Amino acid sequence: MITIMRRTALGAAFALLALPTLAQERSITVASTTSTEQSGLFGHILPIFTRETGITVRVVALGTGQALDVGRRGDADVVFVHDRAAEQRFVSEGFGRERRHVMYNDFVVVGPAADPARVSGGRDTLAALRGIAAAKAPFVSRGDRSGTHAAELRLWQAAGVDPLAGRGQWYREVGQGMGPALNTAAAQNAYILTDRGTWLSFRNRQDLRIAVEGDARLFNQYGLMLVNPEKHPHVKAADGQRFIDWLLSTPGQQAIAGFKIGGEQLFFPNAADAEPVS
Amino acid sequence: MQDLASAFATALALIAAGDRSVAQIVLLSLRVSLTALMVAALVGLPLGALLAVTRFPGRRVIVVVLNALMGLPPVVAGLLIYLLLSRSGPLGPLGLLFTPTAMVIAQAVLITPILAALTRQVLEGLWDEYAEQLRSFGASAARAVPTLLWDGRFALLTVLLAGFGRASAEVGAVMIVGGNIEGFTRVMTTAIALETSKGDLPLALALGMILMLIVVAVNVLAQGLRDAAGRWTG
Repeated sequence: MITIMRRTALGAAFALLALPTLAQERSITVASTTSTEQSGLFGHILPIFTRETGITVRVVALGTGQALDVGRRGDADVVFVHDRAAEQRFVSEGFGRERRHVMYNDFVVVGPAADPARVSGGRDTLAALRGIAAAKAPFVSRGDRSGTHAAELRLWQAAGVDPLAGRGQWYREVGQGMGPALNTAAAQNAYILTDRGTWLSFRNRQDLRIAVEGDARLFNQYGLMLVNPEKHPHVKAADGQRFIDWLLSTPGQQAIAGFKIGGEQLFFPNAADAEPVS
Repeated sequence: MQDLASAFATALALIAAGDRSVAQIVLLSLRVSLTALMVAALVGLPLGALLAVTRFPGRRVIVVVLNALMGLPPVVAGLLIYLLLSRSGPLGPLGLLFTPTAMVIAQAVLITPILAALTRQVLEGLWDEYAEQLRSFGASAARAVPTLLWDGRFALLTVLLAGFGRASAEVGAVMIVGGNIEGFTRVMTTAIALETSKGDLPLALALGMILMLIVVAVNVLAQGLRDAAGRWTG
């Protein structure tokens, strides 16, 4: 009896192992950012691409810095991120072939409704940051080398404020993705810089609302690069390029523009904007 | 309180609707964790048993190391396996990073020390009782291993469940080596982490409830198996 039971148990175990290990499908791996994944953009556009080409896209969502590192190590075929300076470095080091503009959205500064720094409603990001620093109002920073973190640091620098002086007091680096950072800001009634897409799809806002938006400095460009097959020969260059070409084509750009949350468009295609020669 | 109630309602709705993506995530979680458990058991149980019945120089060191490895932080294990499996790492040509296989490896690495250390603990007690008897039959230490494993099977079931629990609850390592890719390497724990990031706390909690339900079901199943076997063998 026991032998039978053991056989059944073993049989069940092997049946479980033999579960469709995935039909052999064409697939590429894309290293991208939490903002594109968590906003739901990929959930909207990837099925369209897969339907047209039969290529499955596997997205690993990380901060921009990490996503570029994944590309450097050859663990992804395409990198889809938003930190122009870091992307240009990636290409000039030879890890990416060429960098293409694909779409943009914008950052917003959100903060508590009580607005202790009195910065709400303005369009001047730099003035708002100075106000937050002067009031020593809590500010949550991603602190994770992401594209948003890089943009935030550039804004502080342009504002002429060194936030690290307030480190451990009002300036709080969480070292996490956009969502967890927003959760922290919501819990601490802190100000934070976030991309609009993640903000729109974020559910745990509590008392947070948009404090500053519409400043040209808050522009957030996304770039697209094929990992250089000369550095990493196993890169699926043809299928990866196909994905890039599709995103830059009219159907791809329309798919991006068609992604909306609550009627609001989150990303604005701009593949036609030529990349300035770097 | 409202969050808890809405999480509970969400969990029930997800189960009732037989949500396909949730079902897929649940199946992958089970597949990965049970496979890891099997791999770990094949290594950990015999290793633990051997350590229980043999005495050799250096044995204590191995026992201490195994006990210490029970506390190996999943993130560290994940990072090591990431570097090994990365295309730029020594095992890169296998192309295993960001696949379910990588997740099985990570979980197996995490729970093998647990299985081995606990097996040693359990069987050492048995060996103390039986050593005389088995030796009088002329059984060598190596021959005693299968006998001990069989006699200790009920206690070892608990050991296996402890390993399964740790494997299925683990998030840090599988997040790093699996990449939490939707429809491919997303398991319950990484899905919970993702929904938490998105601030959808009720959905995250609902998925957590479903995960607990599965773990309880596996435990009930194991307990039932044990009781049934106990009755048949008397």
